[in-house]
Amino acid sequence: MLLSFAAEAAHGATGGSAAFPPFDPWHFPSQLFWLVIMFGGLYIVLSRFVLPKLGGVIEKRGDTIADSLDEAARLDEQAKEAKRQQELHLAEARSKARETADKARDKVEAEIAAETQKVDADLATRLEEAEARIRKVRSEALSNVDSIATETTQAMLARFGVSVSETDAKAAVQRATKD
Amino acid sequence: MNLSFRQIADPMHQFEVKKLIEIGPIGGLDLSFTNASFYMLLGCVLIVAFFGMAASRGKLVPSRMQSIAEIGYGFVADMVRGAAGEEGLKFFPFVFTLFFFVFFANMIGMVPYAFTTTSHLIVTAALALLVISIVIFYGFYKNGLKFLKLFAPAGAPWPIYLLLVPIEVISFIARPVTLALRLFANMLAGHIMLKLFAGFAVTLATLGGAYIVIAPLAFAMGVALNALEFLVAGLQAYVFAILTCVYLNDALHPAH
Repeated sequence: MLLSFAAEAAHGATGGSAAFPPFDPWHFPSQLFWLVIMFGGLYIVLSRFVLPKLGGVIEKRGDTIADSLDEAARLDEQAKEAKRQQELHLAEARSKARETADKARDKVEAEIAAETQKVDADLATRLEEAEARIRKVRSEALSNVDSIATETTQAMLARFGVSVSETDAKAAVQRATKD
Repeated sequence: MNLSFRQIADPMHQFEVKKLIEIGPIGGLDLSFTNASFYMLLGCVLIVAFFGMAASRGKLVPSRMQSIAEIGYGFVADMVRGAAGEEGLKFFPFVFTLFFFVFFANMIGMVPYAFTTTSHLIVTAALALLVISIVIFYGFYKNGLKFLKLFAPAGAPWPIYLLLVPIEVISFIARPVTLALRLFANMLAGHIMLKLFAGFAVTLATLGGAYIVIAPLAFAMGVALNALEFLVAGLQAYVFAILTCVYLNDALHPAH
């Protein structure tokens, strides 16, 4: 069966149209004629119209990309410059703020010191006044003690029936208290 | 039944040229529009439609189709620049046309029942002769007789030239022959193999009995060959174009 198939195939190959088709010369003129027309036509259409346009599109895209990259680099530079400026401003503002704060603190500290001094001075004078008053009161009280002692002495001696002058009594008291 | 079976099984049937519109003979030449001409035209129309659309839209941010077209453009441009230098770019439209003409022809050939334009030696030979004619004409046009330095690379002691020059001449003459045969033979052999294995699978399956066990193997082989042929279709177009660039480089810089 297989053999008969092979034989038939071989018969078909040789018996069909006389020759091996690619080497059958009847179609050579037609093949060459149409090849010249079509290949030539294809060449003209591609080289005149299609390829320049396609190449132009690719070139244009390359240019656009290059331009965009340039633009991006420029904007990047701009942004960096802006950042530098901003940092400069920021540093300036920061130093100014520090200065203002320092000034304010100094002022407040001076005020506090002045107030403290004032209050201290006030307190000192009032203390002194108070101490003076205390001294006065005390000396007054002490002098009163003398007169009370003199009077008491006079009164005690009067009970015993002895009358003593005030100056004597006073002298006696002073003598007694001195010891 | 027998005829259709023979047509299915016959691996050569796919290469037959049939007249679609009879033209001529004009001056003794039959210029009929054939199925080969039709698929050639289809390839050209697809190329113009694909790249023309991508070019006419020409958006700055490309669509998918435009991206693919631009990749094709860049691919060929890099190929020309790499093999023939910046000066080679004056041949860029030619190499571009050549590459995509062959590439589309090969790829259209991968569609079942389609005709593979490049599986005919007359077509590949014409293209190869066109390439080598451009190389020779441009080589003499640009370099004058210095183009002949191509056959005598500088720096060898003179007795060597007795041997070297004939070898260089022969290798130069072999260029269009190998260029044409490589593409033709690859496409022809590939399509015969595809047809054979596909036909084999069908035949085995219809034979019935124990053969039905082998049929899937033949089918799997056909599938694998199909993948391989896609690779070959792309690769041969690339090889054809890159060799064209290499030969053009000789015309531009003959002194190596």
